[in-house]
Amino acid sequence: MASASASAFEYAPAPESRSVVDIAPSYGLFIDGEFTEAADGKVFKTVSPATEEVLSEIAQAGEADVDRAVKAARKAFEKWSALPGSERAKYLFRIARIIQERSRELAVLETLDNGKPIKETRDADLPLVAAHFFYYAGWADKLDHAGFGTSPRPLGVAGQVIPWNFPLLMLAWKIAPALATGNTVVLKPAETTPLSALFFADICRQAGLPRGVVNILPGYGDTGAALVGHPDVNKVAFTGSTAVGKEIARTVAGSRKKLTLELGGKGANIVFDDAPIDQAVEGIVNGIFFNQGQVCCAGSRLLVQESIQDELLESLKRRLSTLRLGDPLDKNTDIGAINSAEQLSRITTLVEAGEAEGAERWSAACELPSSGYWFAPTLFTNVTQAHTIARDEIFGPVLSVLSFRTPDEAVAKANNTQYGLSAGIWSEKGSRILAVANKLRAGVVWSNTFNKFDPTSPFGGYKESGFGREGGRHGLEAYLDV
Amino acid sequence: MPTTSPAARALADVTASDGTLRRFLHGLPGVDAVGLEARAASLGTRSIKTTAKAYAIDLAISMVDLTTLEGADTPGKVRALGAKAVRPDPTDRTTPATAAVCVYPDMVPAAKEAVAGSTVKVASVATVFPAGRAALAVKLADVRDAVAAGADEIDMVIDRGAFLAGNYMKVYDEIVAVKEACGTSARLKVIFETGELSTYDNIRRASWLGMLAGADFIKTSTGKVAVNATPANTLLMLEAVRDFRAQTGVQIGVKPAGGIRTTKDAIKFLVLVNETVGEDWLDNHWFRFGASSLLNDLLMQRQKLATGRYSGPDYVTVD
Repeated sequence: MASASASAFEYAPAPESRSVVDIAPSYGLFIDGEFTEAADGKVFKTVSPATEEVLSEIAQAGEADVDRAVKAARKAFEKWSALPGSERAKYLFRIARIIQERSRELAVLETLDNGKPIKETRDADLPLVAAHFFYYAGWADKLDHAGFGTSPRPLGVAGQVIPWNFPLLMLAWKIAPALATGNTVVLKPAETTPLSALFFADICRQAGLPRGVVNILPGYGDTGAALVGHPDVNKVAFTGSTAVGKEIARTVAGSRKKLTLELGGKGANIVFDDAPIDQAVEGIVNGIFFNQGQVCCAGSRLLVQESIQDELLESLKRRLSTLRLGDPLDKNTDIGAINSAEQLSRITTLVEAGEAEGAERWSAACELPSSGYWFAPTLFTNVTQAHTIARDEIFGPVLSVLSFRTPDEAVAKANNTQYGLSAGIWSEKGSRILAVANKLRAGVVWSNTFNKFDPTSPFGGYKESGFGREGGRHGLEAYLDV
Repeated sequence: MPTTSPAARALADVTASDGTLRRFLHGLPGVDAVGLEARAASLGTRSIKTTAKAYAIDLAISMVDLTTLEGADTPGKVRALGAKAVRPDPTDRTTPATAAVCVYPDMVPAAKEAVAGSTVKVASVATVFPAGRAALAVKLADVRDAVAAGADEIDMVIDRGAFLAGNYMKVYDEIVAVKEACGTSARLKVIFETGELSTYDNIRRASWLGMLAGADFIKTSTGKVAVNATPANTLLMLEAVRDFRAQTGVQIGVKPAGGIRTTKDAIKFLVLVNETVGEDWLDNHWFRFGASSLLNDLLMQRQKLATGRYSGPDYVTVD
């Protein structure tokens, strides 16, 4: 804890109770409404990234399990898609309400399994998860009026692969629109964060969802590949790295499967000299240090107008020194653990590349816990477009600072990336915000804020950040034959 | 300005004329209301427990300007208030004294007598509180009267009408004159009445105006209007004193006043101080609460921490 330890007003620990969640020693695959072992008996362990403690042993789905799950989903599809929309809505509303009722339990679970601070799972993830189910429940009986023809039809079985940064939220983004539109689902959560998806399986049973409508198959990349490649899957939805996304696109190419990809990003956060400085600093912090920077739409490139660069950087460093890093279950923690040893080493490698290429590194003076995977909030100055850290997605709490002199230069630099997921503009001048926003090649452009999500707002990318939109009315299209 | 750093000299130039002052104040960075309030709210979710809470409660008690500003005030009431400020909890002598008692100018002698021999200061709301609608000569007479009676601190209200009309120089000149009338014996707190300034941009401008004019403290409000101290306007003023010190080396105090009634609220304000300007401001020379009913809630929470159970309003004194 950077400044807290130096202050006379040190906050006593305020940990959220672990006892609100009951994690079983082992979990099976969720197929056709039942928890079952993997056909080949394979298992893997999931650990808490903050302590490296083993939380549970999880069945690992193989090809035979994928086949079984897809068959169950295919069978369930006939009845599920034939239900009136208002009936499907009832199930979704029920799921949404159960998520709200169990939100404290799920928030603690997600924090344990993922390493992100409880204040984020409690205040951001879980409310959004419930909101997505509520939102798409509302659409289920209004599909004829969604602008996709008079009676758009579901696609069939959706194979969905989600990442570890927002395990339950990404599940909601995938499952809620799929079910609302009448599809059935086989979902593979990430190998480092399978628990909340398995708890969600239990919620589906609690809600009385018909067997086979939702199937959950924990596993590694090969499980995902088997799912994506399964001939009886009609729709593939993937959120994750660009490299894997490209592989999936190759697999799916030539088949009749519909595909949406939400991939990496290298978002530009543009601060003009007339910006509200104190709020911009908060927005920069939120843009890159939310969820330890493990956010595909993170504002990982700060583009600051040269005339205010020194002032802004000074404010930013001072602010970073007040971030509290440590036990993710503590309600006062701002920065939690990095999700895995593998991810930590990727961050470390890229940061070393930044230093080797001559960018100037500054890290907050945090004391890092002795066990678990941690990385202090870091920023790089003297970064140019040619640096690796300005081009590659780091997916960690590392900010690259670049400067610009004119709005045109800001736009040119912001767009000069292979990605195009998000961007931010900070200015007090409305006309400038609109003019710049129109020129940015990014799926989401926030102005005077960052990392704000809402189920009604479509989200997705340009270029190597993928295609297709999730959320909002647009999110329905990916699951409908239109 | 006591310092002569280049930045301080440049700042002194901004008060050269009406035009330079206006350009400076309007050139300050804007305030995004949504972002400001979101930041204040997020700091409000800090969970302050056990040892930290005990520390915060004692700190908050020591920062209270125990206030009575009623037309019906009597010397007797002020004496009672003074006694309470000196010894807030007669059942627990480890309870710290409050920072000050805050009274109308004519009550200063009674207040001085009541706190004599203690660390408790006497603050007086001079300058025709709370409206401030009188000629400068009248306001200055009010101030001199209070200072002569022994007031250690003067809480002045600015001319909000002049401020809203854009007549910044008039407001500036008045503060300078009042500061002069305070002499060397009284510290000056400048009250903006943030609820009447209505925009955050105005509050930031008023903060800088007050600091440029020599305020020792900037204070949110009188407690006499609908909107008084809020976490957001206090956060904004803390940012202003932080930036002012960075530019001039001069440290200015901050005092939210009005509407802070519970321990929970007070602790939220202390979190704002802790995480915005840090420990340099975490004592009663630099941060105060203008409050009348807050103290009893702090005392009840303090008793609860000490004994493990809640008592009730009869276990703390009424005045």
